[in-house]
Amino acid sequence: MTSVTVNGRRHNVNLPDDTPLLWALRDELGLTGTKFGCGMALCGACTVHVDGQPVRACMTPISAVAGSKVVTIEAIGGDAVGRAVQAAWVDMGVPQCGYCQAGQVMAATALLKRNRKPTDAEIDEAMSGNICRCGTYVRIREAIKQAGAAQPGAAR
Amino acid sequence: MSARRPDVSPVESRPGAEPPVVIANISRVGISRRRFLQGAGALGGLVLAAGFPSASHAADPPKYGADGMPNGWVDDPLVFVAIGEDGIVTIVCHRSEMGQGVRTGMPMIVADELEADWKRVRVKQATGDEKRFGNQDTDGSRSTRHFFHPMRRCGAAARTMLEGAAAAKWGVPVSEVAAKNHEVVHAKSGRRASYGSLAKAAAAQPVPARDTVRLKDPAQFRYIGKGQLKLVDGRDIVTGKAQYGIDTRLPGMLYAVVARPPVYGGKMASYDAGETLKVAGVVKVVEIDQSPAPAQFNPLGGVAVVATNTWAAIQGRNALKVVWNDGPNGSYDSAEFKASMEESARKPGKVVRNDGNLDTDMAAAARRVEAEYYIPHLAHASMEPPAATVRIVNGKAEVWACVQSPQATRDLVAKRLGLSAADVTVNVTLLGGGFGRKSKPDFAVEAAVVSKAMGGKPVKVTWTRDDDLTHDYFHTVSVEYLEGGLDAQGKPIAWLHRSVAPTLFSTFVDGAKNEHALELGMGVINVPFDIRSVRIENPDAIAHTRIGWFRSVSNIPHAFAVQSFVAELAAAAGRDPKDYLLEVIGPARRVSPGTLGDTWNHGESPERYPVDTGRLRRVVETAAREAGWGRSMPKGRGLGIAAHYSFVSYVAAVVEAAVDEQGVVTIPRIDIAVDCGATVNPDRVRAQMQGAAVMGVGIATLSQVSFKSGRAEQENFDTYEVTRMAGAPREIHVHIIPGDYGQPMGGVGEPGVPPVPPPLCNAIFAATGKRIRTLPIRDQLKA
Repeated sequence: MTSVTVNGRRHNVNLPDDTPLLWALRDELGLTGTKFGCGMALCGACTVHVDGQPVRACMTPISAVAGSKVVTIEAIGGDAVGRAVQAAWVDMGVPQCGYCQAGQVMAATALLKRNRKPTDAEIDEAMSGNICRCGTYVRIREAIKQAGAAQPGAAR
Repeated sequence: MSARRPDVSPVESRPGAEPPVVIANISRVGISRRRFLQGAGALGGLVLAAGFPSASHAADPPKYGADGMPNGWVDDPLVFVAIGEDGIVTIVCHRSEMGQGVRTGMPMIVADELEADWKRVRVKQATGDEKRFGNQDTDGSRSTRHFFHPMRRCGAAARTMLEGAAAAKWGVPVSEVAAKNHEVVHAKSGRRASYGSLAKAAAAQPVPARDTVRLKDPAQFRYIGKGQLKLVDGRDIVTGKAQYGIDTRLPGMLYAVVARPPVYGGKMASYDAGETLKVAGVVKVVEIDQSPAPAQFNPLGGVAVVATNTWAAIQGRNALKVVWNDGPNGSYDSAEFKASMEESARKPGKVVRNDGNLDTDMAAAARRVEAEYYIPHLAHASMEPPAATVRIVNGKAEVWACVQSPQATRDLVAKRLGLSAADVTVNVTLLGGGFGRKSKPDFAVEAAVVSKAMGGKPVKVTWTRDDDLTHDYFHTVSVEYLEGGLDAQGKPIAWLHRSVAPTLFSTFVDGAKNEHALELGMGVINVPFDIRSVRIENPDAIAHTRIGWFRSVSNIPHAFAVQSFVAELAAAAGRDPKDYLLEVIGPARRVSPGTLGDTWNHGESPERYPVDTGRLRRVVETAAREAGWGRSMPKGRGLGIAAHYSFVSYVAAVVEAAVDEQGVVTIPRIDIAVDCGATVNPDRVRAQMQGAAVMGVGIATLSQVSFKSGRAEQENFDTYEVTRMAGAPREIHVHIIPGDYGQPMGGVGEPGVPPVPPPLCNAIFAATGKRIRTLPIRDQLKA
């Protein structure tokens, strides 16, 4: 039994300690917004925030997040920066199939929370762990810049 | 407008998408639906949605476009539109959403003709039922070009019914009323009635006959062609609410992963699940029978591990001990196969097009140039791997799956379970990428088999990434040999192209070893060049793995070879590559595909869809102009150009490549010009071209699947590399050639990919003098 705080709620998860957070979120807690893409921290589709840091949930055992605060795509809109990122994504029509975009939004939010005006090189570095097979990168880059320029809270 | 709610997916969670629909007792009069129940001819009932002209009924006139597809099209407003008393308009989307924007675009067409206020439109996804909805095979870049007119008529018919209801209510001639922005207005009296208030009476109106339906003047379009509407699913996507196939959750659901034969055609000799069953959460193992070769859309067989969560199922599979008999494909080796294809490409093969007198002109040529190009197998690698859930209750099966082919899914699940198709419901979720992989519903059949073995309990089968990459329906592998003869002025007078590639039909017809008309018509025979002697040959090639269609299909290797070779000829002739390309295309003319030996023409009428070299020239000229072709470049930078006609659209790209001293390639800019005719949602056309540019760059620079001992060697994104943010083109400028709504439309989802790898390699040649003929580039430029 592992106690995990997800999106402000405490859950007791009755799974082996080495179960990746990803599968606890998706299969046990029903939070399917966090996606499975590779299982090896290679694609970023499963990115969540653990104590504010972007983390790949597919390689993070639940035992490692006991006592930590996990935030997923379902609740990132509760954060002003997260909300601005979501608004920019919708406004610029970033998603195509959309499957990777939860991870992209989480990674972009983490970037903008520490750096409101990232350079192209900083965007490359922060976002290159997140694969988009539809190829939405040019719009992701622009949306990050737009969200960074927006006043958090003022965004839709 | 419908008497009942349209057939929709219950797993959907669209906010406010449950309108109270009050319309009742509508008899379906007035519209005689056209359906063309047509098998796929030679493939014996297989629903390979290739849009072949009917071969089985030689006396019938050939059918093209949507008419030629299984189950044709439907334009019945009773099927696609429902209006509630609250004024909410629900529009059914019957094509699968995989990122192309069809759930926005298709309803947008209906809503525009309906004069509906988009804010009060909800979109519902159709279940798999082609007799009801018309063809649902979402591939071949067909949705918009096949359903633009049916969906317009559908919206216009519903609008006519609302107008009729209002006119009757007010006792005025119907000619005096007009629908506008979700209400009907009688201008003379100033009376207005909302759609919600008219819904019930409108439903009692007869459905107007098709030929009486008045369509809008395109100048009056409010959504079509504007690109102002946000994506229907955009908000759900960025808030984690969007439901993909892998996200299905049902009460009491079990989770399964499958151990499949690692070699195509291999069989399971024995297995030991002792350790598997000790894994916490594992419930059972279930054998999945292997169907006889060729695979078609059937499961590959193996053992499913069923558990109470996905991770337990994966752990259980890791503990499984299976002995496989690899069979004859156990020696498949990509390096050896490449050598054997090269050998074939250097000898004459089956002649598939022969114009002029190639041997004479080649012998008379002042200069001959030859080159050989290679593109490896590719995996679709959609970010959402295949996943499907099946539940069987009282002899009725329900499927939730991310499929491009809901009707084929329904038919195959029914067949496997021994049910009638009527007892199978296929709920189409969002697709986390498709690219052709999810046209093949083998994974849904696996879920059906396992659910049945579990007494009908809901079972979700999830493919892990290694499953996806090692058991794909792979893009073919190809060697393209080209030889050109130039006259004294450098103009090509002889063109020989030998294309060697296992055909995707090998997955459906045992022993198929030549490219099908469908593949030949993807840019190898239907090249409309102004060259007097052309011979195209197709030497045999045997498939040793499961081949399938991958976004753009054979256009990728064909365009890479053809458009690289044109640039090579330009270099040999000492000419500017853009000017030379235009000369090779020749003057503007409309070429009948049949004269090029193309009997397929993407399933479209050769009269309505000739190969228009004027349009091809125009995209070349547009891309070149917008990219600043001819501008001076710093050292290590170059521009390359290419153009390709596919899916009845014309696309040209100019790539700017920078190669540093270590041989690392970056792409500062791509200009891509597209002529797909008139557009419904230009923003999505732009998005598709941007995405195609990125995928094309990945194909050129990084991606490959190789086989050793019959096994695919790449198991995850560390070895099957795809474009990431840092390697993506920094700028992608899309230039859409304006179209006319009275003219036929072209495809959008696929035609952007083929013309991207060749101009990248042409740009690298301009930058460095090095010619890349083997993809991916990877470290070929490393110093």
